[in-house]
This record gives sequence, C-alpha cells and structure tokens, in this order.
Amino acid sequence: MRDNKVIKVPELSLIVLIGASGSGKSTFARQHFKETEIVSSDKCRGMVSDDENNQVVSSDAFALARYITSLRLKNSLLTVIDATNVQDDARKDWIKLAREYHVLPVALVLNLPEKVCTERNALRSDRDFGKHVIPQHISQLKRSLKKLKLEGFRHVIELKSLEEVNAVTAIARDPLYNNKKNEKGPFDIIGDVHGCYDELVELLHNLAYVHNGNFYAHPEGRRAVFLGDLVDRGPKTPAVLKLVMEMVEAGTALCVPGNHDIKLVRWLNGKNVQVKHGLAESIGQLSAETQEFRDKAKVFLDGLVSHYVLDEGKLVVAHAGLKENMQGRGSGAVREFCYYGETTGEIDEFGLPVRYNWAAEYAGKAMVVYGHTPVPLPQWLNRTIDIDTGCVFGGALTALRYPEKELVSVKAAKVYCEPVRPLLPEKQSNLSLQQENDDVLDIAELIGKQIIETKYAHNVTIREENAIAALEVMSRFAVNPKWLIYLPPTMSPCKTSEEGDYLEYPSEGFEYYKNAGVKRVVCEEKHMGSRAVLIVGKDEGVIERVFGIRDEGIGTVYTRTGRAFFNEKETEQALLNRMNDALVASGFYEKFETDWVCLDTELMPWSAKAQALLETQYASVGAAATHALTETLAILNAALERNPLLAELSERYSNKLDQVSNYKSAYGNYCWNVNKLEDYKIAPFHILATEGKVWTEQNHEWHMETIKSFCLKDPAILLATPYRIVDLEDADSVNKATEWWLSLTGKGGEGMVIKPYDFVERDKKGLVQPAVKVRGREYLRIIYGPEYTSEENLTRLRSRSLNAKRSLAMREFALGVEGLERFIHKEPLRKVHQCTFGVLALESEPVDPRL
Amino acid sequence: MLLTITNRHKPATDLSFLLHKHPAKIQSVELSNGKAHVFYERADDEECTAVLLLDIDPVGLVRNDGPKGNDFALEQYVNDRPYVASSFMSAAIAKAFSTALNGRCKDKPELVDRPFSLEVKLAVLPVKGGEDFLRKLFEPLGYTLNVTTHLLDPAFPDWGQSRYYTLILKNEITVQQLLSHLYVLIPVCDNDKHYWVTEHEVEKLLEKGKDWLDTHPEKKTIVRRYLKHQRSLANKALEVLVSKNEEDTELLDADFDAGLDAGPADEAEKVIRIHDQRLIAAKDVLLHAGCKRVVDLGCGEGRLMKLLLAERAFDYVLGMDISYRSLEIAKERLKLERFSEKQLSRVRLIQGSLTYRDKRIEGFDGATLVEVIEHLDQPRLTALERTVFEFAKPATVVITTPNAEYNIRFPDYKEGKMRHSDHRFEWTRKEFESWASAIASKYSYDVSFSPVGEVDVEVGALSQMAVFKLKTEKEEFLS
Repeated sequence: MRDNKVIKVPELSLIVLIGASGSGKSTFARQHFKETEIVSSDKCRGMVSDDENNQVVSSDAFALARYITSLRLKNSLLTVIDATNVQDDARKDWIKLAREYHVLPVALVLNLPEKVCTERNALRSDRDFGKHVIPQHISQLKRSLKKLKLEGFRHVIELKSLEEVNAVTAIARDPLYNNKKNEKGPFDIIGDVHGCYDELVELLHNLAYVHNGNFYAHPEGRRAVFLGDLVDRGPKTPAVLKLVMEMVEAGTALCVPGNHDIKLVRWLNGKNVQVKHGLAESIGQLSAETQEFRDKAKVFLDGLVSHYVLDEGKLVVAHAGLKENMQGRGSGAVREFCYYGETTGEIDEFGLPVRYNWAAEYAGKAMVVYGHTPVPLPQWLNRTIDIDTGCVFGGALTALRYPEKELVSVKAAKVYCEPVRPLLPEKQSNLSLQQENDDVLDIAELIGKQIIETKYAHNVTIREENAIAALEVMSRFAVNPKWLIYLPPTMSPCKTSEEGDYLEYPSEGFEYYKNAGVKRVVCEEKHMGSRAVLIVGKDEGVIERVFGIRDEGIGTVYTRTGRAFFNEKETEQALLNRMNDALVASGFYEKFETDWVCLDTELMPWSAKAQALLETQYASVGAAATHALTETLAILNAALERNPLLAELSERYSNKLDQVSNYKSAYGNYCWNVNKLEDYKIAPFHILATEGKVWTEQNHEWHMETIKSFCLKDPAILLATPYRIVDLEDADSVNKATEWWLSLTGKGGEGMVIKPYDFVERDKKGLVQPAVKVRGREYLRIIYGPEYTSEENLTRLRSRSLNAKRSLAMREFALGVEGLERFIHKEPLRKVHQCTFGVLALESEPVDPRL
Repeated sequence: MLLTITNRHKPATDLSFLLHKHPAKIQSVELSNGKAHVFYERADDEECTAVLLLDIDPVGLVRNDGPKGNDFALEQYVNDRPYVASSFMSAAIAKAFSTALNGRCKDKPELVDRPFSLEVKLAVLPVKGGEDFLRKLFEPLGYTLNVTTHLLDPAFPDWGQSRYYTLILKNEITVQQLLSHLYVLIPVCDNDKHYWVTEHEVEKLLEKGKDWLDTHPEKKTIVRRYLKHQRSLANKALEVLVSKNEEDTELLDADFDAGLDAGPADEAEKVIRIHDQRLIAAKDVLLHAGCKRVVDLGCGEGRLMKLLLAERAFDYVLGMDISYRSLEIAKERLKLERFSEKQLSRVRLIQGSLTYRDKRIEGFDGATLVEVIEHLDQPRLTALERTVFEFAKPATVVITTPNAEYNIRFPDYKEGKMRHSDHRFEWTRKEFESWASAIASKYSYDVSFSPVGEVDVEVGALSQMAVFKLKTEKEEFLS
C-alpha cells in the first residue's frame, strides 16, 4: 500500500480523465483541480439541455466542451476533461485538440472495480441507466489501457483501487522543460557554429569568456546560449561539442538543438540516415574520438530541449525560430518548427525548400533569436532576429548580447564549405528587412475594437465605429504610413468666461492650471494658420535609412489628419530645404546628434490650406450677409421716414451688418495671397523627436528657445513664436499676461495657448491637459458665426461642456507621444501606425467641433 | 433674406389687399427657426412695395439639429442660411402670404385673376448653375431679369465671384402666379432644403406648379432639385406630370446614377452605357476564366456584385469597399435583408482598404477592380500592388481605369482636368499598359489589354481594361 502519493503533470497539459460511470472522476477532479479547470461533459449536457444526464444532446455537449477547452488551451491554461472517455473515439478528439494547441495530453485513468462504481451510482437518484452500462464501460476501459501511449498520450497515470485514489494527496505541476522564465541573463546568444571551433573560441574571448581549466565562464556571470547546429560541415565538430557540453554541464551555457544535431543523434543511435549536408565530416571526425565520448555526445544531444522561454517570457531562443502560438508549448509540431522552421512545400531554383517567412507575420511580445538560415547581416524584423551569419560558409560567427541587443561577430578564417545558395542574395534595396516588411501593413490590427497601451495614460480604447471612419480617411487621403509617426492631439479651450461679451478669457485658463497644482505656465501666441507636422532630414539618404522611404524627398509636411499639406511636391520640398538650411546653419544636427527632426508647427497663411473652405464657407457667408444686409438697411432706412415703427428693426439689422463686417475682417486677417515661397510662414512650437529621442522631458521654455535659435537663421519663412512665462501665484505676472492677450486679440490675433511649464504634468487624477487655448473675441466669430456676440446668442452659447473634448485631448496626446516613442525605439511600423491610426479614429468621436 | 414685391399699377395699394397685409403695420410670423417680418417700403396710389424680411436665428438653426458628428469640420455655425433666400423664404411666403398664394382675396376677389405689372427683388439668392441657369428658369415664364453678381470678397478679388445674386424680376402676372413661381423656384436655385424632403413635398410641388411646370423646358431639373435628389420621389412626381415615355424615365435614371447635373442628354446616356459595359466586361472575364470565388475590390454601391450574384457559376461573391456609407447603400441595393440563409451564404460585404494587407481577400480565384486604382494617390499604388498581387494572389484579376486620351473628346475638355474630383490620376493607354506589364512580370502574371466602349481610332475608348492571369508553375518554368 502506497500512501501520500503525489502525481506529477506538466504545468500546461490537457488531462483526460478516463473511468467508468461511478468511478468518482468528478469527485477526484474537484479535490485536486480548480473548478474553472474542469470541463465536465455532464455540466455541458446540462447547459445545452437543462438535464445533465440527457444522452440525446451528447454531440452538442461535446461541441461546447471542445469549444471551452480550445479557448483555455489557447490561453495556456491547464484543463481537465471530466467525461468517461472509455472509447478511443472520444479520446482521439481530445488528443487532436491538444496537438492543435501544442499542449501535452495526459491520461489519468481511474480503473476501479465494477462493484465500487455500481454502489456509487446506486446512491444517486439521477443515474438510472441500464445495468449493462458500467460493465460495458469497464470492459472498454480495460481494452484501452495498453493503447493509451500509442494513441498519443505523453503521460499515462493509472489509479487501480480506491486506496490508490485516496492516497493521492496532491497533483504537482512540473514546469515544462522549455520554461526558463526565471533565468534573466544577461546572455550571449551564439548562432550556428557547424564545427568552427577556432572562430567559436575567438568569439568567446571577444565576449570576455575565460577558460578556467575545465570550462569557459564569464567573469560577470553572463551565460552563453547556443542556437544549435553545433555539428557538421566544419573542421572541428568534436571540439565544439566538447566545449559546449562542458559549459552546459557547468551551467555557464544553455543549448537548443538544430536540425543537424538531431540528425547526428539519429546516426549515433544507429538509425538509417542519409549521410549528406556535411554529416560525413562529423562522422569522420567523431570516429577518431573514443566510444565513451561518442556516447556522452549522444546523451547530451538527445537531452536538448527544443527551445527556451527566458527572462519572464521576454526572450525566446530556438534554432529556426518559433511562432508565438508555439512558444512555451510542447508537441511534435513545435519541435519540428524549432529544427526546420516553416516551409511552403515549394523548392527553389537551388533545390532547397522555400522557407515560409514566419517572422514577417510575427506579432508576439517576446523577442525571438534564432539561426538556421544563413544571412549576410543579422537584421531585426518584428522583434525577431536571425543571427546565423554562415561562419562555415566563409561568413562570420555572430553573437547577440542580451539585453544589450549588441552584435559581436568573428570573421570565418576560410570557406569551409561551399554554400549551395549564395550567401549574399541579390539585394538592390538599402531598406532594412523591417522597412521592407513595413511597406504593407496588415489591416487586422486596425479594424475592430483596439486597445493600445501607452506610456503616459492608461490603455486607450479605439471603438470599432471610429476605426471604420479612420480607415477610410487614412486609406483615401493620408500620406505613406511610413511618414506618419505622429498626429497632433486636439486641444481644449479654457472654461467659458462670464466676462462681458467674451466667451473665452485668460483667467479661466490660468485657473485651470492653478487648480491642478501647476505653479508656472508658458503662454504662447496662437497663430491662425493650419496645423502641420513637419519631418525633415539632412538629405534623401537619411530619409531612406530612417523612414524607409525612397524618392519622396528630404521630408514631408502633413496635416493633422495625415494628408499631404501641399498638393505640389516642389513647394513642399522647397520649404523643407529652407528649413534644412536653417537647421544646418544653427548647428542643430550636431547639437542633437541626429540627421533628422520631427516638428509640430503652425503653417500660415490659413488660406494656403483652407482656400476651398474660405471660398465655399467663410467668404460666401460674408458676401451673402453683406449684400443682403446692405440692401435690407437701404429699404428699412427709406421706409423709416414713413413708418417710425421700423426704428427697432433698423437698429437690429444695422447691428447685424456691423457684426458681419467684423467677421469679415476676422477671417481676412488670416488670409494673404501666396505668390512666392516667402509668403509662407512656418512657426514650429514643439521639437517632437530626433534620432533615438522624444523631447517630452524638456520644458516648453526650452522648446521655444531652441526653436528660436534656428528660426533666426531664416526669418523670412521661419517664425519664432512670441511667448511669456507666467507665475500663477504672482498676480502681476498674471495681469501682464492677460493684457498681452488683450493686445494680441485686439490686433486680430487668434489668441494664446497656455501650457504647463513642463511638457508632461500630472495631478492626483493623472495627466493634466498638455495645453489649453484661449481664443480672442473677434476670432471666435469665424467659429460661432458673425452674430455670436449678441446677448441673446451669447447666453445660449455659454452653456457648453468641455468634458468630452478634454478627455479626447488627453487620450490623443498620450497616443501621439506613444507613437513617437515607438518610432524612435525602432518598433515595427504597425506598432507606430496603431497609434497614429488611433488618433485619427478618436478624432471621429462626436465632439462639438467649435471647441 | 429679403424679398420685395412692387406694384405700380394704380391704385398700387391693391397689392396690399391681395397680400392681405395692412400697409401701416409691421407684422411678424413665426418660422421654424426664426421669424419673418412683413412691412411696406412705400404704399400709396403710385407705388406699393411690400417687404418680406427673414430674421433667422443662427444659433437656433444649429441647435435644433444638434451637432451631427464632427466630420472633421467646423462650419456649422458659420452658415449663409440667415442671409439668403432659400427654402426658408418659401416657407415664409407660404406662411405670410398664404391667402394670396392660394388665390383668395376676401375684400377684392376680382383682383385675384388680374395680371399686374409686378417687380420683384431678391437679396440675395444663391444659385447653383449661375446666371445662365437663372435665366433658363425664369425667362420661359415671361420674366425679364436684372442680375447683379457679387464678388466673394472685394478684399481678395482673386477669389472670384460668389454664388449669390441680387435679382430683379419683372413680369405681367397675377400675384398668385408670382408667388407660386417664387415658392418653387427659390429652393431650386439654391439646390438645398432646410428640412427633410418627404412624400408630402410631391403634393406641394404638383399643386404649386399645376399651371406652368408641365410645360417648363427645365421641368426635370426643377423637379429633381425641388425634391432634393430623392430619386423615387422625383420619379413619382414626373409620372404624374409627364405624359410618360420610356426615354424620359431612362434619362432620369441616368442622371441620378451618374451623379450628373442635368448634362446634355446624349452625354449622360453615353456615360451610363460605358459604366454598364465595364461591369459586364469584368463579369464576362470572370465567367470565362471559370472563377468560383470572386471578390469585387472597391465594390462601391454594389452594381457589379448584383451582376455577379445573378450568375450561378459563382459560388461566393465578396464585396469590399473603403466607404462604409457605400456598403450600406450596397446592402440596400442588393436587398440582402430579403435573402434566404442559403443566398446569404454566397455573399458578403466588408469594409477594407487596398493599401493594407488583408487576409479576408486571400483565397479567391477572381478579383475585379473596376475604376478603383485612379482613386489612390500614385505613390500608394505600390501598396495596392502587393496587397492584390503578392498577398491576395487571385488567379484572375480584372482592372479597369479611364483612358485619359479620350478626355479630349469631352465637350468641356480642359487640359489636365480629370473626370471626377476624386481621381488622383488618369492614365493614357501607354501609361496603364506599362504599369500593368511591370506588375505582371514582377508577380508572375500574364496580362492582356482591351478597350471598353466604342473605340475612337485616334484616342481609343473611354475606358481601358487589363486582365491578369496567374501563371501556373509549369508556365513559369517554361518562361
């Protein structure tokens, strides 16, 4: 009699209980597993028919059980199937499902005597099926026992008596062999060695490993990770094996197997394998070694685990790479993938299988480092990197230092083996793998509801209907998505003023920041032009290298919805050249250690971009109103002599005419004809990003001053924005800023933008508005209509709610900055695009457009 | 905003009896978004000028409708409606002068049918179609016109003329006729309505136009514009109005479908025929290629899909378009809600873009892009090429696009002017063929070209079509 038995199962497995009706499966499951881990056929029967014993609905019940199980397995959750499973047909389906999700199927058999089962069932009033059922189950079970391994169960656990069942005290969950999430490195991951011992030794030396007489070790405890294909083709396979085995044994290295290693093991095991592709060299070299060594090598290679998941799941290493849905899982298919990768089934012109480029579609969170396919230069693609640089073919042996992401290479001393396919493919493009891959983005990550993680705010949710709108605008009008690293956020006005005939007044803007605990703000003059994002590089080569864009000039200017600002490319490039010259002249590029910059700007005149709107809307209203009102007043004044009762109407319409004339001068202030390049004015106000850096940590004074330093180099086009710093606790400082606003708007200016002194400010509740606008009374006529200042209109317009606008401004700000961060960290374009697409989608949320 | 009616036929004040408004008073009537004031500029024996002055509430105008999304737009409050003669003016006429409009006059019934020499001033009247159109509307009814145009903004003469006119009309006519003409024709000039056009409008139009609309040479345009492009309503009105003949209704359909605005009849017909030809040509290619699963990329409002669904040879028809609105219309046009489950399993509509890779369009053996590519900026075509030919990879692909050479045959031809405001480019046959051939060789397709429409020896047909066939492995090996 055994007691206190602990059963071991793999932590991610599909446990199929097998036992006759009445064998106590459900009781056993409840004792040892979480309720949510158990998928019971009876429960499913109940859910689809209100009767847990209804045998008629078996197939529906099974479909439900299968569905629940598949979702659990997809989410990497251990699952227990509580059903009789005495027939091989029933078990076959579960094994198939386990394979589909690359989890290990485990059979847990409750092989109890008929008497026990019958007695148990007799106690239950709801189990009233024929006497023959239990004996039949038991006979089916007994016939099944021997076949279970053959059917595909990786572990079979059999409990043969009530005593054995009761003796089970716990079920221990063993981590999978590939789970080394606790090992955080740092690592030096080394590509395919193929017997190139000399290069390996040199590489280890370069990586500062030292041989202590027994094995190589790193003085700082770094560990080597070998990506497999240690053997074949090269000159010193046994020496390489010795070195790696020593390190792995000593714990200074990890190793995953490659397809060549696996084939060698099979040969060592006496299997019939074709001696091709460099296996002959290994066999020859190993025959000079002792039998003892060959046995040891066999055991070592046999024991290698297909892949490892390291550093809390952030790093995956496998010889040929690994798709996301296979990581940390175990199945024959997973091993095959790790050894060979995925092939399309086609054969290329060199007679080699065509590899399916899984990395091009990789969207997993873990970094995947792999080898297997020789490449001239390791390149990142969607967080994956192939570091097999074909040492044995005369290339180099490469290591990737993790987490530093640095590459260290040693040139091959010679060509040991002529490659079948040339190592250097015909590559005409200068674009990186990632940039080529980014030429076409996948729609799947944009449509439907999306949740985007951001650094500055909580997750931002994009609703499906907004994504629909954004997709249309983006596809029909936007520039090449590779340019779109940023879209500017919307900006909320200050709270509504009650002062005189003002709808907005500076005091409410100051008050907002004061209440948020901000002591200092920056007031910037608000230019009335059009928002423009401007990207400029030193030359076209820079744009190609950094943005992966060819033949589109030295940069771009696009609007807040991602459309090209200029219809004529020549104008755009001419302006960008002027900007570039100014940046060069001011030493900007050297100072910022960059070859490019992305700026947030206002581009004037308004009429340059809004001409159509001006003609169809603003000027039209002005023309209609002027002529209609002039005509009306002529009649009213003529009739007034005869009918004094018309005095009131006359005054009313003459007031309307005054307001319309103010309205016309309001928009007229922002319009001028553009006949030459110098008629454009660009006023940058944020330095958004340069190489490797997003400038949100610098305060607005810094932004303004830095911008001024290059604007001064070309004052004919570049405009340094007037600004002042206001101490909110100093009444005098506040008053002066208010007077400044009055004088700006008195001269027809749009108004000003108040920003917290620091780019990113938070209060108890989270982010504070990054900016608040205070627009001038006259300017607002072009927003609220010519007659908005009439008392009867103003009182109604004062009731406006800012909540939706403010929430939107915050989310768009967070997304905008997130996009920039992702771009400078060289994330795949789809990660960047998700953010800019998100801003555009949010812009389609229904918010009062006058705010 | 302003309408004046002047009578100089002694005693001129007869007008005030007809209008049923006292010459010494200022009267106001309530409108849905404001008021209209009625008073007299002058009212004596010599001359009587009645004034109808609109006082539209600009804030209320927007508030009542509520903000309709934001459409990336800002223009709601800045609106010409308070200052122009529009359907608001018609409503004001109906309300302030209802007795006159209905041909009643309590005190002097004999005046109702008497023609007066009347002068009317409208300030300002928005006109879509310009002075020509204005004359075409009023001259057949016997009016003489004095038209004053207005610059958009005298401070910016480069911006050109506005669409607003100050209009003086003179005619020998009864007051009722005058008001009926104005009631119908003001919104027709403006081509807009401040309210949703319902079936009720048909009755109003027929009633107000009973004496004159049937014989007016511009009746089709008047009906269509008055009913604000409600096609079925317009047809209904025409059915009543016109002694129907086939040609007329066909033409009407043509106008709507092509989105044309009263172009010359033969032009409209030509455009329609060509579009149908394109669709049929595309369908025939797919049929002959033996395609089973087909996808219409850029399906728009579903015209090609309708043809495809009618063919039993196609097992499955997928329609994709970037415009959600178009898809909604397609859904209605195809009458999907009336499909049986089995029929529904053959068809699907999805929103998608040709510049993004899309797994949903993979696995089809036929694809069509009928008049689609020219709606993309040329640099974005690279993305489209890869989406269609590298990733979706249907065995047969049909692409049609306008033949730019043909444009010179259009009566309003202007160098560089494209056929549609959203066309980003239009290609000559040579340009199209070189683009398509490059794609074919890059992605292992064979390509052949054919004209669509009647071929002009010099400039080719209106439209051009390329048919791509994916090379089989064997062909590829041989090539």
